[in-house]
Amino acid sequence: MPPPGGNVAYPRAQQPHLSLQATGFCNRGRQRARSGYWPRRFIFLNYNMSQTTPELATAAEEEWDMVIRARSGWFNLHLQDLWHYRDLLSMFVWRDFVAVYKQTILGPIWFFIQPLLTTATFTIIFSGVAKLSTDGLPPLLFYLAGTTPWNYFATCLTKTSTTFKDNASLFGKVYFPRLITPLSVVISTLIQFVIQFALLGIALAWFIWQGRDIRPDYASIFLGTPVLILMLGCLGLGSGIIISSLTTKYRDLGFLVTFGVQLAMYATPVVYPLSIVPDKYRFWIELNPMTGIVEAFRALYLGAGTFSWLLLSYSALVTGVLLFLGIIVFNKVEKSFMDTV
Amino acid sequence: MSTPVIRAEDVSKLYRLGEVGTGTIQHDINRWWHRIRGKEDPYAKVAAVNDRTRKEKKSSHDDYVWALKDVSFEVRQGDVLGIIGRNGAGKSTLLKLLSRVTSPSSGSIKIKGRIASLLEVGTGFHPELSGRENIFLNGAILGMRKQEIISRLDEIVDFSGCSAYLDTPVKRYSSGMYVRLAFAVAAYLEPEILIVDEVLAVGDAEFQKRCLSRMDKVSKLGKTVIFVSHNMSAMQSLCTSILRISNGEAGVKSRNVEQEINNYLHDCRTAQPSFPVELQDGMRILGLEIAPAIFPTGQSTMLTFEVELPIATTITDFAPVIYNHAGVRIGIMDGRNKLGLPRSFAPGRHCLQFNTGPVPLLPGDYVVGLYLRTLSAWVNHENLGDFQLTSETGMEITNYPAEHIGNLNMSYSAAIL
Repeated sequence: MPPPGGNVAYPRAQQPHLSLQATGFCNRGRQRARSGYWPRRFIFLNYNMSQTTPELATAAEEEWDMVIRARSGWFNLHLQDLWHYRDLLSMFVWRDFVAVYKQTILGPIWFFIQPLLTTATFTIIFSGVAKLSTDGLPPLLFYLAGTTPWNYFATCLTKTSTTFKDNASLFGKVYFPRLITPLSVVISTLIQFVIQFALLGIALAWFIWQGRDIRPDYASIFLGTPVLILMLGCLGLGSGIIISSLTTKYRDLGFLVTFGVQLAMYATPVVYPLSIVPDKYRFWIELNPMTGIVEAFRALYLGAGTFSWLLLSYSALVTGVLLFLGIIVFNKVEKSFMDTV
Repeated sequence: MSTPVIRAEDVSKLYRLGEVGTGTIQHDINRWWHRIRGKEDPYAKVAAVNDRTRKEKKSSHDDYVWALKDVSFEVRQGDVLGIIGRNGAGKSTLLKLLSRVTSPSSGSIKIKGRIASLLEVGTGFHPELSGRENIFLNGAILGMRKQEIISRLDEIVDFSGCSAYLDTPVKRYSSGMYVRLAFAVAAYLEPEILIVDEVLAVGDAEFQKRCLSRMDKVSKLGKTVIFVSHNMSAMQSLCTSILRISNGEAGVKSRNVEQEINNYLHDCRTAQPSFPVELQDGMRILGLEIAPAIFPTGQSTMLTFEVELPIATTITDFAPVIYNHAGVRIGIMDGRNKLGLPRSFAPGRHCLQFNTGPVPLLPGDYVVGLYLRTLSAWVNHENLGDFQLTSETGMEITNYPAEHIGNLNMSYSAAIL
């Protein structure tokens, strides 16, 4: 019984324009399909149901979603593809995290043990034996605050630098935006970083509670932390995918990475503060984009060290350039690396 | 007329044979130097046709081969295109190009719609993860959204028939279960274009049937399927058109599926036991023609043997033998009865023809051999050619596994009293 005024109230399930909604969905499918390659579900319904005139059909014929050619432009990055595959990204991150601790009893506790042992070793060797300065900070805190960002960067770099080689069997069988893989590595390594970071937090709280004079820069922590993490991740990702792209055919450079990263730690103020570096080496240490980030990290959490906006801006610039170059080279290589890897 | 969804134009793919090492860097530099000056790839000009059996090698340029050369075709929406060809003909290379795993050396492929490719079952399965976790992982790799997988999870599990093992790591699975689970995920992909490489050769017969009928269903929904297989009876029942590739060069796409497959099998046969087959005393079998080579069970075929005799010979026995796919002798046509042997033949070529009569064997592949005896010598050749029997009724029931059903197609009737 329709109420007066013609304003018929239908239960949701019987809405009369349900069919119109469905058509709207089809059209949206078609529009989106033009812009990208991915979401073209139901589009065949369009073609089957609508009576297309021959003129329209020929017009549609020339409307391709994707053209595969021998060579494509340097800047054709398919970044929208990346967004469509975001579920895959989260699956990879989850897989990396879960698969590591299958069949272990202690599980993620292993993430604590590694940095603890490293820090203990550094404390004994560099502080106890070599008597290197720690900017007046407790050695344990000093080394933890150095290795936490460094480990994140180094793990990102080494893991992403073998992207093509390690995933050749997967990449050879199915297409998805290859950049998903290194991105997932950078994100899943973040979990390791967070655990080490918590360790730093615990140590920091302990020393402050003990009455040591440590003044973290509380005002900037909330803004500074994500910025620094982003820079670390992007720097590792950028350099990693460049190396990965350069080693698909000739793997020589790959040998350099493993020990290169180990050596690079000593060119970064991880086990020593920038303040004790003699002037004649200082320029070279500051040329390392990691220097600015590690020093800023220490300044942020421990309130000590040589923080400089100039150094940090330089690091940000290098990070941006490396990431940009990396993505371009990576995209270029991913199209045909399967033939040579 | 449906719209074209794939159009390949002069697609070529150049590969270099041999190892990558210090020897190849000179070529790479040379090629790069040509490219920055805007010239053509110097090695593309000298590359050879891809023939995997080619032995002689004239120069180092022979290391370059065209895995595909100027392949052009068009697939329309709703087509089921079967690609056939011998091993190494370029079928998988073509599928890899279509699924964007690698890019062509020249030419272009235009695609309309979402493509999912199944070049291998279980791509990206992680051995440590459970069956359920791998369904999600594999689905995401194949391009499904998480929501899609969740909504189809029950169907996928049902299809795989592995529900008891769902929370066990896949490394504990038997290889058959692994494949079942993997194909189940792929079977519920819903792309507009599905590309399937020879992945159905795995799993037991029951599961293969299930996969084929699923693919049939997918194509009935109006999706486009591109399908590579050596299982010709599956090809024949699924495909609406056939593209044949040999040595990297594509023939013309044909809608006459049966004819095309018969031609292909015929060419394979004449190539495989390479005729002429030399027998004792200079006798040779020049060829065996089986026409038709694919026919429904219960029908007949014609076997024509061409024999060359160097001198006048008395043939005492001439008996074609039928073997099944496992090499078990199924039947014999004794020429002594019908040809009136023993009998003397003049030197030269002779054609001997046998009509099998209705062949009451089950669908499958059968091999034709020959037992031949003269006054001075005898030979028993076990493989001169083959033919394929197809099912007469279609695929409405799932057959029992091959080892249980025997060879004979019983013409039975049954009733419940």
